[in-house]
Amino acid sequence: MKDALGRIQRVLVLGGGSEIAHAVLVALLAEGPLHAVLAARRPDALETAELERLGATVERVAFDALAHETHTAFFAEAFAGDDVDVVLVAFGVLGDQEHDERDAAAAVAVAQTNYVGAVSALTHVANHLRAQGHGTAVLLSSIAGQRARRSNYVYGASKAGIDVFAQGLQLALAGEDVHVMIVRPGFVRTRMTTSLKPAPFAVGPAEVATAVVAGLHNGSAVVWAPRSMRLIALVLRLLPTRILQRA
Amino acid sequence: MAAPSLTNRRTLRGWGRTAPSTALVVEPSSCDELAEIVAQAPPRGVIARGLGRSYGDVAQNAGGLVVDTHRLTRVVEFDEEHGVITAEAGCSLDALVDVVLPRGWFLPVTPGTASVTLGGAIAADVHGKNHHRDGAFARHVESLTLITPAGEQLELGPGTSGFDATAGGLGLTGIVARCTLRLLPVETGQMVVTTERARGIDELLAQLTSTDHLYRYSVAWVDGRARGAKLGRSVLLRGDHATRDDLPGGSLARERGRRLGVPPAVSAALLLRGPALSAYNVARFRRAREGRSTETVDTFFYPLDAIADWNRLYGRRGLVQYQFAVPFGAEETVRSLLERFAAANPVLVVLKQFGDASGPLSFPFPGWTVALDFAASTSGLAQLLDDADEVVAQAGGRIYLAKDARMHASLLERMYPRLEEWRSAQSALDQNGVMRCDLARRVRLVTR
Repeated sequence: MKDALGRIQRVLVLGGGSEIAHAVLVALLAEGPLHAVLAARRPDALETAELERLGATVERVAFDALAHETHTAFFAEAFAGDDVDVVLVAFGVLGDQEHDERDAAAAVAVAQTNYVGAVSALTHVANHLRAQGHGTAVLLSSIAGQRARRSNYVYGASKAGIDVFAQGLQLALAGEDVHVMIVRPGFVRTRMTTSLKPAPFAVGPAEVATAVVAGLHNGSAVVWAPRSMRLIALVLRLLPTRILQRA
Repeated sequence: MAAPSLTNRRTLRGWGRTAPSTALVVEPSSCDELAEIVAQAPPRGVIARGLGRSYGDVAQNAGGLVVDTHRLTRVVEFDEEHGVITAEAGCSLDALVDVVLPRGWFLPVTPGTASVTLGGAIAADVHGKNHHRDGAFARHVESLTLITPAGEQLELGPGTSGFDATAGGLGLTGIVARCTLRLLPVETGQMVVTTERARGIDELLAQLTSTDHLYRYSVAWVDGRARGAKLGRSVLLRGDHATRDDLPGGSLARERGRRLGVPPAVSAALLLRGPALSAYNVARFRRAREGRSTETVDTFFYPLDAIADWNRLYGRRGLVQYQFAVPFGAEETVRSLLERFAAANPVLVVLKQFGDASGPLSFPFPGWTVALDFAASTSGLAQLLDDADEVVAQAGGRIYLAKDARMHASLLERMYPRLEEWRSAQSALDQNGVMRCDLARRVRLVTR
């Protein structure tokens, strides 16, 4: 159970290898010990040493976002023990824009993970949190979902879809003590983005984590990281299409 | 649910307005419905809730069922001659005072608010300003009717393991349907109060030690922000019910002042910190008039009840009340904790002596207790209180679970050495783990 000062006891991370999720756990551990369940396709490959050193107890479990037929059993198990205070929906693939925009199967694969997989996960999570009577689901969305861009629209479209889905869940859960928090980072320097040239206002995972933890304390519906992304998203949405054709 | 009770899904939080959770709330209109409700408890269990004055998360049950007892308020029997009253668990102490005071009786123990139900008073085994001589609430309960988690109706008396586990058992042994309480005879509705000042912690503890036995009621208001030589400076408020010798012509009528409200939009968080608070504390200390005075029972026992919803003053983030007790001999611990706390702007600090202990999970035991209110938004509060927990546990002390909203599960066994005894009595009554609440989950009070 979350306590009166917003401290969290148990976190489930879907996409346990996510560097942003890892940074969020590190930031939460600064406030007190917690139990983290890291779920990933290859749980054995997950690093837990740093989290354990910081006072976490860590469990690793197998989870495949694409295998929707396994999700019912997976989430039943994940919520069978102690209460889950926070679920981080942190899995996702960036894809390869140049390749994916010509290869239909590859484009679909990005959508399958980032959108369809997350729709399945968020639906299960919302059901379990509602039954539990409390808890927060955190969706790692992206600024890329705010307006189509020439350079990343396959990825961006999947994020736009899941972002709207999460907004809908927020409406559906109004009045419950169950929250969905949407995190919209700009360019984050992680393994996923090493092949890309950092965009302006690029941040590290730790900066996103700080914003996420602050958002959890404030009960925020949307968190931008860095905060300037909110303004940038607004500008992006207003830009004439002609300019975007080149960017 | 088939029962004619009202049910709805609702957000519940404690008086501190922190850590809300959602539960299905059922409002039975008769005690007979309780057994049926318990029998139909959902997987996440059930807990009873009275007037919601516990600061933390003890009377909420996320995703489960919460039995709101506000319709179970009948007085079943009142023996005016012997001062024994039987009433349903949802009956408030406030309503009881209205019934018994005009007949020459008063509550044997009352906490600092009258907005507490009989069921809640038993579940928290509440204490009052007279703990040093009269013990906690359950000591004055002759018997209680417990609806067990198995749906049975048990009549329990003091000395049985079921009764002792229920007194201070935070509602986790079942639902109290009604209880029979022995009252205190009084001659008037007034109090004779002696006010004195203590210039520091040593003087305060010495005064309480040497003269508390002269008064039925004793509490010290402490200037929580005073440090150094002034640390622990306080105003002692001690007294007793006025007799007709004290107050010739004193009546048994209950005289209540006007009740003030706090508008919903007001967040006086600003008023509650720093300079304003210091100034208030200094003024309160300086202006306290020493000597004897008379007060009504309401102004003496329930000063804050005069301000409806005073908890709103703490703003959106709410408040945390921290109450600890340490044994006699641990005076240095009291001093060092007050020193630590002084920097964190405690808004209200009270200190008193405890007398004898009771049930295995009951909070009071012989020693000193201090209660402090903090704005939950106070920076560094989590760490400050974690550190304080450690100091308290080290000194052989404990914190009050009925008020808790943030302690770590790891401290429970050290603070409550009779925990296993309580757990075995609790699990004997609740074999299927039906009774649950957020606090029990958070600090792992029940292990199933």
